[in-house]
Amino acid sequence: MAKHKISVTVNGAPREAEVESRLLLVHLIREVFRLTGTHVGCDTSHCGVCTVLLDGQPVKSCTVLAVQADGRSVSTVEGLEQGGKLHPIQEAFTEKHALQCGFCTPGMLMTCSALLEVNKKPTEQQIRQAISGNLCRCTGYLNIVKAVQHAAEKMT
Amino acid sequence: MIPAPFDYHRPGTLDEAIGLLSRHGDNAKVLSGGMSLLPALKLRLGAFGHLVDIGRIPGLEYVKEEGGMLRIGAGTRQRLLEDSENVKRHGALADAIPLIADPLVRNRGTFGGNLANGDPANDGPAIAIALGAELVARGPKGERTIPASGFYKDLFVTALGNDEVLTEIRIPLPPPRSGSAYRKLKRKTGDYAAAAAAVRISLNDKGVVKAAGIALTNAGPTPIHAVESEKYLVGKTLNDETIREASRLAAQAGKPSGDRRGSVEYKREMARVLAGRALRAALDRAKGS
Repeated sequence: MAKHKISVTVNGAPREAEVESRLLLVHLIREVFRLTGTHVGCDTSHCGVCTVLLDGQPVKSCTVLAVQADGRSVSTVEGLEQGGKLHPIQEAFTEKHALQCGFCTPGMLMTCSALLEVNKKPTEQQIRQAISGNLCRCTGYLNIVKAVQHAAEKMT
Repeated sequence: MIPAPFDYHRPGTLDEAIGLLSRHGDNAKVLSGGMSLLPALKLRLGAFGHLVDIGRIPGLEYVKEEGGMLRIGAGTRQRLLEDSENVKRHGALADAIPLIADPLVRNRGTFGGNLANGDPANDGPAIAIALGAELVARGPKGERTIPASGFYKDLFVTALGNDEVLTEIRIPLPPPRSGSAYRKLKRKTGDYAAAAAAVRISLNDKGVVKAAGIALTNAGPTPIHAVESEKYLVGKTLNDETIREASRLAAQAGKPSGDRRGSVEYKREMARVLAGRALRAALDRAKGS
């Protein structure tokens, strides 16, 4: 089985790797690039903890091949912070207590940050719809919704 | 979970893809969005020596109206259909897209993949059948058109040859006084349907049904085309009584099996209820169009 040389822009920086065809994007991110903020949860594309942005769109990285990301840009939770300053959605999550155990948080943050890129003032319904592929077993989503609304206010 | 090893190919053109498929026969599989294929490979429910990724072949991602048809490129991401004005004219399709899996999956999953996968639990097939769609396939001998109603042969078995790629879905533009709807029952976001029904009707100027399409999702080894119900509907005026009978006939066409989504009896009953609701919604839309 031939290996593939791939180039991926990760959080703005060009990276290269030589990968097996069957390597999953989440494993490329965690084990090759050593960015372990992205978690593996259900591993069957249900829970959304592995969510990263592929060319700006949230996707479940446990269900994308690393070779499919060749030539694309990938954003992970590590890339949200800019110049030592947390992203407004990260600040809002801490202020509104939008996490307890924190396991779903990296994926949730990526989905929510992508939502705020395309919708500056999402309604509660739109937020709930957007995060419907990300499971949180602690918060009942209430504080997550509040945090997204809070971040939206901060960002305007 | 990691799939068994395979060779990955990324052809730049359809012809190249078809060449690869011809060479590797049933040891090759087309990879589009991968939202069904990759989980299946990871769970080792399937294994192929070669994956042919058609995801970057130009010209497979579009939604347009042309020649009296809505034409959807097979590589069109489901997410794109959600925002498409052209899709809104086809109520059943517009109803269904937001109910497929979840938003993250729809960012990757393609409409063509949903149809070509051959999974009776996918929502696209019943809708394609009910809307009278045609599926365009390209192979080594050129292009051919297959009616959606003749496309599904068995569980995960379709009319597509090993060396063929689904390239386009064609849905006839509805004539005046037409309406369609999709009604789906699922336990949670991301789950497949416990039961779902797709309905299309066209009325004449007296309000009598002149054409009908009905199909069920996840009610048997293939999407279920409820032919008896369709035949019954033509020539009828829709009221409580005729809707009840048409729904009964539709549910009767199903052959669901019992699983964690419910017993056979429950699924049949839900298919009946959902067919009735879809018929009512389609009727309202037909009257308003």
